[in-house]
Amino acid sequence: MTTQNDLLLVTSSPHIHSPDNVPNAMRDVLLALLPALLCGLYFFGLPALGVIVSCVVSAYVSELLCLKAMGKEVRITEQSAAVTGLLLSFCLPPALPIWMAALGSAFAIVIVKHLFGGLGQNVFNPALIGRAFLLASFPVAMTHWSKPLDGVTTATPLGILKEATGQPLPHLSELFIGTVAGSIGETSAIAILIGGCYLLYRGHIDWRTPVSFLGTVFLLTAVVGTIKGGGIQYPLFHLLSGGLLMGAFFMATDWVTTPVTKLGRILFGCGCGSLVVLIRLKGGYPEGVAYSILLMNVVTPLIDRYTKQRVFGGGQSNG
Amino acid sequence: MSLMQEFTKGIIKENPLFRLVLGTCPALAVTTSVENGLGMGAAFTGVLLASNIAISLMRSIIPASVRIPAYVVIIASFVTMTDQLMHAFTPSLYKALGIFIPLIVVNCIILGRAEAFASRNSVLPSIMDALGMGLGFTIALGLVSAFREVLGAGSFLGIQILPESIPAILMILPPGGFITLGCLLALLNKLQKKYAW
Repeated sequence: MTTQNDLLLVTSSPHIHSPDNVPNAMRDVLLALLPALLCGLYFFGLPALGVIVSCVVSAYVSELLCLKAMGKEVRITEQSAAVTGLLLSFCLPPALPIWMAALGSAFAIVIVKHLFGGLGQNVFNPALIGRAFLLASFPVAMTHWSKPLDGVTTATPLGILKEATGQPLPHLSELFIGTVAGSIGETSAIAILIGGCYLLYRGHIDWRTPVSFLGTVFLLTAVVGTIKGGGIQYPLFHLLSGGLLMGAFFMATDWVTTPVTKLGRILFGCGCGSLVVLIRLKGGYPEGVAYSILLMNVVTPLIDRYTKQRVFGGGQSNG
Repeated sequence: MSLMQEFTKGIIKENPLFRLVLGTCPALAVTTSVENGLGMGAAFTGVLLASNIAISLMRSIIPASVRIPAYVVIIASFVTMTDQLMHAFTPSLYKALGIFIPLIVVNCIILGRAEAFASRNSVLPSIMDALGMGLGFTIALGLVSAFREVLGAGSFLGIQILPESIPAILMILPPGGFITLGCLLALLNKLQKKYAW
């Protein structure tokens, strides 16, 4: 009976089925995050595991509760909550108390995602707002960094650069591999690049955003480096340190909160890059990737509006 | 409407902050602690009561074409008096509320009650209206500030009830005000639909 009804049912387009649905895309993102996850676990050990697990579990539970409370269909297979939780945990310090991590994750899902309408409706990147919320709420715990492998308290590379404490700056190869202090999933440049390339290969993200983002940072810091006499070391240091690579590949390419047009994505990347350099060199914080992306999230509708393509055959405005 | 109804309507059914969504500027700015919230509510109620009485008494002699400037002058006189009284008797509260005491002059609830109620009703209903609206606003400010103080500073009326490391400082910063007010509005809308006030 039902089969017959199904056969007679004519749904609206698209009629062609493709494996590119949200669960598959989310699984690819999780796969792409795997190298950074393994590096984080190897470098920071058990405390990092605690933060990651509490973030993911809290995001998952918050998602379920929100869907239930709002009477929406529970489609947890989309794994999007897990991705948000995982991304948030990657930009938190490894020694953060796990209840704070869980709180930030719940905040990201409940306030930033579901109160704005749920999957696909949020204005801001939930993971980054989760981080901003935690940084504003618990400034001491959120700036407590530890060295990889031995857990000794130390400053991040960008912190050393900002405070000019006289501590030696880490070598570029250390930044590349990830044996420096920093957030759980952001220290290892190579791991993030592998994940980012996988996403590019699978076609989930557009090369324009990371290229224009990283390119802007590189160009601006190269100019500053030349003036200061830092040479090629200086822009490369900025490129590899902090959350820049993670932000450029995984946050600034978020499908929901960033522009959809090609030109818009380039503008978005350039805007993010300029803001990062501005905050790092002139602002009060050592790192500004999260805020730069959040600020550009705000202007995303505007960018989309001014870069949309003219409708073919729509005529010219001047007649 | 009976006098009692004029009084009670301001508390829940027409609560100025939660139902009419007026006066949100002071509600967001001064609700960082319960003491500030209730202090603001008291100052507000005093000004509203006095201005409602004065405007109700003068409603037949104020020309309709210049009524808004006339209301503002009357309200400003009472605000100036309140400002000076608070400066003299509650200096710490005066300092904490700062610019938001003089700003009661342009508080939309007070101007709104003058225009919508006191200018069309006799003195006794106007008094009841002012008391009800004042109490409603004070309760609303108290509720918002209670959430913010407990979550953001871990204290209630200045008494520490949570360990120092737990409170999320964000809640007593401006974003905390917006989040708290937004969530409370949503919750009350939900309750209103459920119980059909």
